[in-house]
Amino acid sequence: MIRFIVKRLAAGFVLLLVISLLIFVGCEMLPGDVAQIMLGQSASPENVAALRAELGLDRPAPVRYLAWLWGTFHGDWGVSMTSRQPVSVMLSERLSNTLTLAGLTTLVSVPLALLIGMVLAVHKGTRLDRVGTIVIVGLCATPEFLVATLGVLVFSIHLRWLPAISYVTPGTGVLTQIKSMLLPLATMTIIVTAQLARMTRAVVGNILTQPYVETARLKGAGPVRVIMVHALRNAVGPLINIIAMNVAYLISGVVIVETIFAFPGLARLMADSVQARDLPVVQACAMIFSASYIGLIMVADIVAKLFDSRKEPGAPS
Amino acid sequence: MIPHQTPTLLKSLFRPTLLSVVVALLLLLAVVVLAAPLLPLHDPDAFLSSDGFVPPSGEYWLGTDFLGRDLLARLLGSARVTLGMALLSTILAHLIGDTLGLLAALRGGWFDAVVSRVVDVVLSVPKIIAGLVVLAVTGPSLVAIVVLTAVVYAAGVFRISRALGQDLIAQDFITVARARGEGNRWLLFGEMLPHVVMPLTADFALRLSFAILFMSGLSFLGLGVQPPMADWGGLVRENLDGLQIGSWAPIYPALSIAVVSVLLNLFVDGLQEREKKGGGA
Amino acid sequence: MTLLHIQNLNLSADSGKPILRDVSLTLENGQILALIGASGSGKTTLALTALGHMRPGVRHVSGQVLFRGQDLLRMSRRALARLRGRKLAYIAQSAAVSFNPRIRLDRQVTESSRIHHTMSPDAAHARAREVYRTLDLPTGEAFYNRFPHEVSGGQLQRFMIAMGLHEMPEILVCDEPTSALDATTQVEVLKALDTGIHASGTAAILVGHDIAQVVQVATHILVMRNGEVVERGTVEKILHHPEHPYTRRLLEMHRGFDAESGTMAETVAAASATAVSPSDRTDRAPLLEVRDLAVCYGTGGFAVKALSGASLTLNGGEMMAVVGESGSGKSTMARAIAGLVQPSQGEVLVNGRPMERDVLKRPLPMRRAVQITFQSADTSLNRHHTVGRILGQVLTFFGERSKERRAERIRDLLEQVHLPADYADRKPSQMSGGEKQRVNLARSLAARPDVLICDEITSALDNIVAASVLDLIAELKRELNIGILFISHDLSAVAAMSDKIMVLRNGEVVEQGPTAQVLGAPRHPYTRLLRSSVAALRLGWLEEASALHRSLRDELGA
Repeated sequence: MIRFIVKRLAAGFVLLLVISLLIFVGCEMLPGDVAQIMLGQSASPENVAALRAELGLDRPAPVRYLAWLWGTFHGDWGVSMTSRQPVSVMLSERLSNTLTLAGLTTLVSVPLALLIGMVLAVHKGTRLDRVGTIVIVGLCATPEFLVATLGVLVFSIHLRWLPAISYVTPGTGVLTQIKSMLLPLATMTIIVTAQLARMTRAVVGNILTQPYVETARLKGAGPVRVIMVHALRNAVGPLINIIAMNVAYLISGVVIVETIFAFPGLARLMADSVQARDLPVVQACAMIFSASYIGLIMVADIVAKLFDSRKEPGAPS
Repeated sequence: MIPHQTPTLLKSLFRPTLLSVVVALLLLLAVVVLAAPLLPLHDPDAFLSSDGFVPPSGEYWLGTDFLGRDLLARLLGSARVTLGMALLSTILAHLIGDTLGLLAALRGGWFDAVVSRVVDVVLSVPKIIAGLVVLAVTGPSLVAIVVLTAVVYAAGVFRISRALGQDLIAQDFITVARARGEGNRWLLFGEMLPHVVMPLTADFALRLSFAILFMSGLSFLGLGVQPPMADWGGLVRENLDGLQIGSWAPIYPALSIAVVSVLLNLFVDGLQEREKKGGGA
Repeated sequence: MTLLHIQNLNLSADSGKPILRDVSLTLENGQILALIGASGSGKTTLALTALGHMRPGVRHVSGQVLFRGQDLLRMSRRALARLRGRKLAYIAQSAAVSFNPRIRLDRQVTESSRIHHTMSPDAAHARAREVYRTLDLPTGEAFYNRFPHEVSGGQLQRFMIAMGLHEMPEILVCDEPTSALDATTQVEVLKALDTGIHASGTAAILVGHDIAQVVQVATHILVMRNGEVVERGTVEKILHHPEHPYTRRLLEMHRGFDAESGTMAETVAAASATAVSPSDRTDRAPLLEVRDLAVCYGTGGFAVKALSGASLTLNGGEMMAVVGESGSGKSTMARAIAGLVQPSQGEVLVNGRPMERDVLKRPLPMRRAVQITFQSADTSLNRHHTVGRILGQVLTFFGERSKERRAERIRDLLEQVHLPADYADRKPSQMSGGEKQRVNLARSLAARPDVLICDEITSALDNIVAASVLDLIAELKRELNIGILFISHDLSAVAAMSDKIMVLRNGEVVEQGPTAQVLGAPRHPYTRLLRSSVAALRLGWLEEASALHRSLRDELGA
């Protein structure tokens, strides 16, 4: 078991290194000189050279990569090309905002989705299942910005219950903060819940067709016992993986949702920086998002393995 | 044993099932989008009204956009961009993914190992993040977006077609052909292809809906198709300010994306349901 | 009141196709009723209705299933659940998939007592151990608390029986409780089931396809065919005075092979006579010669020896049976000869010429010479191709360019395997299992092979269909004068027709020689074990066989 965890951690780490290399090399391919771009076409060659030295751009690429990588692990992400601020300062507050949004969404949507998915699986083939499935498939296929814009139209413009823009200004009351996050939160929750519920239904539905479930029913086990005692423990492995994938999906959902609601999160920072072509910030954000994605999948793998009572394959069978 | 003819797709479509309704709607959509230039619509680029966000009327069925252009005309005009680009990148993704996936399954060995590792890397970066990094470097360009989408989704297609291929290869009819000494060409085109057409068609439709959502997302962020050209995601972005005055202008393009995507998903669900019923022996 | 009374039961599939037609039966206390029939005869569906259970896709049309006067098919779910596991218990066909993989066996065995609150935990614990002992399971708490994948197939099936008997049910429904097991294990599990049923005094419904096995346990027999009851009666009546022709055919399947002496008196003698007759080939090399063949799976320290040092010779018009249980290496040997698996040592010679190890490196005429047919008729045929296309491809591959000649050959091939010519236009989904296996054979014959390897080709077929495929093989051997390597786990199936036999166990050749000699006077205890596992159609066989098994297992040290 320890060996599995170590192996899995090592694999995740290597993957992250490969991705960091890709991100770095990708940004190296940017046409034009970064210092020149920062200073504009009219800058004097001396100024450009000075900035190049200041940014360390005069060193060879492998050295710069290692320096960047080293800094990345130390929380030193370099200096923004547009605001000239240290990237780490720009990230810190935004990261916590995004984490709050993602965390709350997970907290609401995971239990909700599991419940919906299981109820539909148990009622497979009934009218409830058919209608429920069409609704879920529909919501899965809906872009975030439709849900978001409809939400704004109804709750902000017509009903005037919630703000359309969610500036989370520090110092305001908790109630105001919650209110301002409600629309982005609802948008994310609807989409994530639908996807997760769809997959839960498939996983649990598949387990319910297994012969051992028939055996349990023929022992007189009722529907609740079949689900809680027999189906769930076999569903945990696949479900954890699915939950991890969907939480990771939050990352892409969050980019759109943050933009629509002008939510000061990491994803919007990244999108803005891409438009401004502020590479240090883009690199830092990309690393954080990739790392959290890989980390989540890794944790899911390990938890699923822990839950698997079966030992290594090859044990007497 | 009672000989029974498996119902052909065509026959089953004439029965009024959800699947046939979905297919009919998709076909109708395709016809309308292709015939858009022939329809009596306003010029999508003409500034018809001095005010933006004119509400729907007999003149402008869906109202006007933020610059006073006819929204319906723009919606239909940009449909070709949206669907065309998505279709193109999905076709590319499937060409790359299917070829590599089936070959990897068939050949195994180093080829499979190398391609699989590369795919692992591609899939371990969230798509939108990969998109943002690439577009930060290249700047928004149509070619970059199509290639990016194709590559990102080819990785997923590879996984599917490789799994399908491996599933088939374990089956005895492939072993029999191999025992005879058949080459890869017959194995691939003679034996395997008829089995993968249906599942890959379903996957194609599903990927197409993903591609539409992905590209619309990029455009919505201002990183996709650039004005004056527009796709549906771009239309949402352009008209987002209209929300504040209660205009539906950003809703219609978003709704269009949702409708197409939902139809494609229902098509896939229907297809799989039908396979399950027809294929179950 | 009658324990179980099924009255005029009609069930159909969702499509409306009838599954059971007007079936009636009664079961009294202490009776053990066997349901016999081919797959698709409705025997399992009928047995499950005694639990008030219908699998998805089955519909109730009319009729009643009365348990002590109550109709199980009209009962509320809740009331039914109260009976199941307690009064009506179930033993599934494949224990491997019918136990929850993530719950310890003892917990699953005693689960019904927790569902129904019939026993205190201590009482349930004690009861389970009592049953384990009755069923001859190894003792020890650690063993009882294993997970399903941690015990052997035979042990798992015994845990399944223990689970069924735990609540001392009034009716125990057993769905082919031994068919998923190896032949030698079947005897032992069948004995355990017999002991368990008699110790608890429950009435039982026993679904089976092997009539010789079920008569050992049952008191009454119901013969089913296509959803209808063909014949019913006590075991003695069915055994000694069968009335329906179908019943007689089922019984005849078993009459031929004499398990006690291991011979098939007249046939084997005749076969060995013919095997000697074409012996004017003294100086010619044998058709197939295998020298010291060994196969390893995996590499380095993890290598598992699947086959070690097998040698054999096979001549034209000869048939060699290769028998052994799952994991004995028999299929590995077949695949190594066919060039699908790379041997780690040894040689394969065809007509005296050594063959390349990899089939792809063999020249075309060499590939043609050895053909292999697999067990699963379903997956061996590409379901998207017609029979004509499947056969035609082989002809094209081996160089037949003319379309007319191909069509002609396809007609001949179909005739050779006794299928009508118009089957060339059919797809696999339009044929029965036996017909598909004939097409598989025709495909192998299309290459005009010298050696035909049959890898368990009758194992997935029902007895009567399997017998007709075996007849076809014997006919092909005679008429085409080819060598046949027939791999099977079923000794009784091949004993009758093979000239030579090879017995494999754990990858080693245990015994080999002329069939009459090996089976008539087996030297190795494992061969005797295999031989004694073939059920004989007489009462009392199970007692003797299981006693013999115990001593032979001791001798084998397993």
